[in-house]
Amino acid sequence: MPDNAPPQTSALRVLTLPEPLKLDCGETLDHVEIAYESWGEPNADRSNVILICHALTGDQFAASPNPVTGRPAWWPRVIGPGLAIDTDQYFVIATNVLGGCMGTTGPASNAPDGKPYGTRFPVITIGDMVRAQRAFIAALGIDSLFSVIGGSMGGMQALEWAAQAPGQVFTSVPIATSARHSAQNIAFYEVGRQAIMADPDWCEGNYLAQGKRPSRGLAIARMAAHITYVSEGALKRKFDRGLQDREKTSFSFDADFQVESYLRYQGHSFVDRFDANSYLYVTRAMDYFDLSSRSEGRLADVFRDTPVRFCVFSFSSDWHYPPEANREITRALIAAGAEVSYLDIQSDKGHDAFLLEEPIYERALEGFLSSSAELRGI
Amino acid sequence: MVEQRTVRPDHEAIARRVRQGARVLDVGCGDGALLDLLKSTRSVDARGLELSSETAGIAMARGLSVIQGDADSDLELFPDDSFEVAILSQAVQQMRRPARVLGELARIAPEVIVSFRNYGLWSRRLTLIRQGRMPAPGLAHEDGVLLPVTALDMIELAARLGLACVAVAPVRGGEVGAFRNKGLKRLNWGADEVILHLKRI
Repeated sequence: MPDNAPPQTSALRVLTLPEPLKLDCGETLDHVEIAYESWGEPNADRSNVILICHALTGDQFAASPNPVTGRPAWWPRVIGPGLAIDTDQYFVIATNVLGGCMGTTGPASNAPDGKPYGTRFPVITIGDMVRAQRAFIAALGIDSLFSVIGGSMGGMQALEWAAQAPGQVFTSVPIATSARHSAQNIAFYEVGRQAIMADPDWCEGNYLAQGKRPSRGLAIARMAAHITYVSEGALKRKFDRGLQDREKTSFSFDADFQVESYLRYQGHSFVDRFDANSYLYVTRAMDYFDLSSRSEGRLADVFRDTPVRFCVFSFSSDWHYPPEANREITRALIAAGAEVSYLDIQSDKGHDAFLLEEPIYERALEGFLSSSAELRGI
Repeated sequence: MVEQRTVRPDHEAIARRVRQGARVLDVGCGDGALLDLLKSTRSVDARGLELSSETAGIAMARGLSVIQGDADSDLELFPDDSFEVAILSQAVQQMRRPARVLGELARIAPEVIVSFRNYGLWSRRLTLIRQGRMPAPGLAHEDGVLLPVTALDMIELAARLGLACVAVAPVRGGEVGAFRNKGLKRLNWGADEVILHLKRI
């Protein structure tokens, strides 16, 4: 795909929200389009609906290949017939988040004046993303969700759903996430945003109108973020100080080391499938996320006497959203009197472990969903 | 995924002391065998707390609500009276601060059931006297038991924490005797393990 081609949206399923969407920043968006994908079938009373929330650079193609990018499904280990999120039993839906770039309204979409929003797009929050999802679910004629499940930024949405609409979610599964973006999280994403905005091809956010893409800046943003998604142990195991296609260092700034070559590949393969302005907006939404700020810093008060059943997962070597951040969520839920399960999986795969093969995690998730389905009568 | 497991007699005895449909917290729930039994035979609202990631994962795969956490630090989070029964099955002796854990349980639930190895058993007393060795299957420090107490010690500790012993059952050779509230000295002499049913005074 050429560098500056917008996604071919004809291959995407899109629903336009019937009502304008009010945003936390005070602005309103009209004719919001939500791109989505689904697997399985709803039951008669539509009580078996699971919403999958994707991470920063994910999309709605959780369980089937993306027809636009050709990339494979991102969660095929967990969603499918007979798997933990069993599509023979549940109706599974995933949407592209508000502000995203895979068919849902975002900064690359056209504003009412017919030109791309660019940085004229309002700054959005995780709360806005969930409000958009709630309007989308309602437009499909679904009253409530059996479960809302997501890792990383998807986990923030799973928490936000439970906070915003406790009567509309039976269970919430936040995975490898945080209820509050830390200073370190904000710092890493700020590096990424600055890299994008420092690229002359960013054109003050108007690159689409000028036929350009800030690919170098976006690639650097991805490289910086990617470091936080893998553990030091995994980098050492995979690359250590291994050299790339050479016997000795070249006394130059070529990619001498395998780890450099790997990061450059991660950066370059990212720019073809992601919009730079979307990256700015979605990382900003994560930075603004602090659930406890709604109750004077007491997260437990946000969930006081909640009817939602929770299942929280973390991974021992994750330093992006470390076990402690997830344990903090769990501790607040205990104090709130919520029914909560929590498991920290021993893994050396870092933050990305939530997408990878971890049998204990998959079986525990399956056990949680099965027992919840029994309680729900599905 | 469901496989037949033999039910441990001490688990069965504990289950018989738990009211139908009660809210139960099992501290140190391991792979969830006792909680599973309580759910199926007593229809309890079952929750577990377990330190080990591996066994907590097995309990969750069974569909149990389990928090992987440390009783020594996490119990203080639970609101007062959030459960009707709290259980410490073969777990209190592995804790770093057993008195504090027991005290927290007395706050969280009006009833506490505790089972543990009884170091008052006559043969254990003899081991110490004759061999000068702490009674343990192997080396005492590898056994994981940090609190080698007798039944009488535990009853006294519970009383100090505001928990009265309403019934106690001996376990000998894997068999559980009847719950009763007298003959404690004899029980302390003859029981390999004991199960205490405590209630807040």
